[in-house]
Amino acid sequence: MSHKKSVWLQRALLGGAMLLGAGSAAAEYGLNMTPGVTNVSGEVYHLHMLIFYICCAIAVVVFGAMFYSIWKHRKSVGAEAANFHESTTVEIIWTVIPFAILISMAIPATKALINLEDASDPDMTVKITGYQWKWHYAYPEEQIAFFSSLDAKSNEARQLGSSVDPASVEDYLLNVDNRLVLPVGKKVRFLITSNDVIHSWWVRDLGWKKDAIPGFINEAWTRVEEPGVYRGQCAELCGKDHGFMPIVVEFKAQADYDAWVAAQKAQAGNSKSPVATVVAAVN
Amino acid sequence: MSEATTHDAHDHHDHGPAKGLMRWVTTTNHKDIGTLYLLFSLLMFFVGGAMAMVIRAELFAPGMQIVDPYFFNQMTTNHALIMIFGAVMPAFVGLANWLLPMMIGAPDMALPRMNNWSFWILPFAFSMLIGTLFMDGGAPAAGWTIYPPLVLQTGDAFPFMIFAIHMMGISSVMGAINVIATILNMRAPGMTLMKMPLFVWTWLITAYLLIAVMPVLAGAVTMLLTDKYFHTSFFTAAGGGDPVMYQHIFWFFGHPEVYILILPAFGIVSQIIPTFARKQLFGYSSMVYATASIAFLSFIVWAHHMFTVGMPVAGELFFMYATMLIAVPTGVKVFNWVSTMWKGSMTFETPMLFALGFVVLFTIGGFSGLMLAIAPSDFQYHDTYFVVAHFHYVLVTGAIYAIMAGTYYWLPKWTGHMYNETLGKWHFWLSTITVNILFFPQHFLGLAGMPRRIPDYSVQFAEFNMISSIGGFAFGLSQLMFAYIVISTIRGGKKASDQVWDGAKGLEWTLPSPPPYHSFTEAPEVK
Ligand SMILES: [Cu+2]
Repeated sequence: MSHKKSVWLQRALLGGAMLLGAGSAAAEYGLNMTPGVTNVSGEVYHLHMLIFYICCAIAVVVFGAMFYSIWKHRKSVGAEAANFHESTTVEIIWTVIPFAILISMAIPATKALINLEDASDPDMTVKITGYQWKWHYAYPEEQIAFFSSLDAKSNEARQLGSSVDPASVEDYLLNVDNRLVLPVGKKVRFLITSNDVIHSWWVRDLGWKKDAIPGFINEAWTRVEEPGVYRGQCAELCGKDHGFMPIVVEFKAQADYDAWVAAQKAQAGNSKSPVATVVAAVN
Repeated sequence: MSEATTHDAHDHHDHGPAKGLMRWVTTTNHKDIGTLYLLFSLLMFFVGGAMAMVIRAELFAPGMQIVDPYFFNQMTTNHALIMIFGAVMPAFVGLANWLLPMMIGAPDMALPRMNNWSFWILPFAFSMLIGTLFMDGGAPAAGWTIYPPLVLQTGDAFPFMIFAIHMMGISSVMGAINVIATILNMRAPGMTLMKMPLFVWTWLITAYLLIAVMPVLAGAVTMLLTDKYFHTSFFTAAGGGDPVMYQHIFWFFGHPEVYILILPAFGIVSQIIPTFARKQLFGYSSMVYATASIAFLSFIVWAHHMFTVGMPVAGELFFMYATMLIAVPTGVKVFNWVSTMWKGSMTFETPMLFALGFVVLFTIGGFSGLMLAIAPSDFQYHDTYFVVAHFHYVLVTGAIYAIMAGTYYWLPKWTGHMYNETLGKWHFWLSTITVNILFFPQHFLGLAGMPRRIPDYSVQFAEFNMISSIGGFAFGLSQLMFAYIVISTIRGGKKASDQVWDGAKGLEWTLPSPPPYHSFTEAPEVK
């Protein structure tokens, strides 16, 4: 009888652990954070998983003890209440052990944070300005600047009572008219601010978000080694269309990037487009 | 001498409640006021819940189907304001009103007239807040944190929202003063501080937190008011002000506020678990010290809500370390509850089920809280559904579960009737299953990249949002059971004994069920 029960308990614990462990196995199904595409995002991901597993281990111990007690120390199985209600030793142990665990978390967290916030010695700089409800990107060294807004198809589909099925729109709500284009292999420094209310610039694959605050210029940085397109969204409530100001960053190989810069400059030179005036205003 | 006699004669008329509606308007009785608070809280729980249903209905599928984005923002903002200030806080004050005098052996609260006023402010405050829904420009829609500059774009609702918040603050501070005055002055002989039930202790500490931080909130919203109407620039960069300063001030209020919403819940659970484990609470004094430590730490962690605003690294490190420290006293509490159950003789009536649900689900919210404390990871979690999942685990399956546990636990004492145990258990299991369907997938949504406070989302988030919405509707419906059980227990039911629960300890159980209008007219002796 008691053997049977302990087998049952083992199974229950195993099942619980598997359920908790499902987080990592299911990363590809969009259940979990991903390692992203930068050093920083990888570090953040590993930190996230480390803390998650520590929490799981603590959960197994605490909930294990609790459910064991619920199972064994029920009145209906004839359990009689013991009398103890204090133990200084035990209290000290379960104050000191969590403290030690916290220190083991704080060390890698401190390292990751210092790396994440170190925007020094950039290879290039991009200025990001939040607007209700679009982003403005400026490349001061290249004299390029442009707005980046939700793409027309998403915008049509997202209207109240629109007859367009969101599922039929490619990258629904995560697509823009003008992408932010950056070169691979360069340390890019972002200077982030806002023209109206507070926004937050977030591309998950880069590993961070940073608030765009009027009157402040925040710094952040990234370095991506492989070409690719990464998507994100404004992450700070900024009014009616907060949900509709996505971010798309495209990292290009240096040659492709140079070609893109040349094309942008040519375009800006050809026309007295609003782009050119905005460059003047922003700088 | 003659004055004393008239006073005595007068007292005789006051032994029973007045009749009719005026009883409730003019009452200075702690039980009547407790009942008013609790019923008001229940009403607001459903009003705020209805707004949550609108939110979940709009998020059921990608695309905008039901409301426009601005109205959606009004719903999220008012859902939070109403649930925090209208449902959870008044519920705790209601419980304090009912229970503190009965637990410390007092006849009533120390300041009964102020008690009346602190309740009756609330219906006006919330009528005004809800009334803004019908104003030009709609209700406030800048989130419950009402960050400038966004909140300064609010329409006609703006000054009404500020005034409503001022009134809620005044009500809370008066309630807190009353709690402190009652606990410090009206304990029965022999009831030393370290003999007080934990619910009394946690409320005493909560009351100090309230007095410390509600004026800070009042200051912050007043500065918003003058920024909008009197040409000040506290938070306006263009005028030399600082929008981030608002966030510092707000969260200096906001973080202790989080503990205002959870410390009394710790107290309730610490009353219930020993009763149904039939074993004294493990580590009473460490529980008291842990509560005090949490309250202290709550003042030095505020900026963990704003890691992404661009603080110096040293500041981020300080707030990260301080926040992580809170895990220690919180852990002590959980370990103490589990040790209380250990080698007990447990039964699982509805209050115990909700208390156990609290321990497990609140702890899950604590784990995600620890994850959020880690600043570098918070750069990913911040302002996503991961945060939404976290604080709903802490507030719904934490604070609200404790309030429900307490309601089931003391309802037989208050009404003299037993509630229907079968229905109570159904309510627990339905709530617990559906609340997890509602909030657990939101962890996944946040980690997968869904920001919070958006009315529409990319199709990759569709499945989990649909699951969450289904859980939401079912959880909302399950709460109708709670209203039904409470109301039917007030109206009748099996007679409850004075003791009610065989393992219950404490002065409130020595009184008849229902207790007399004035709890202890003669102070009981506490050994
Ligand atoms: Cu925005």
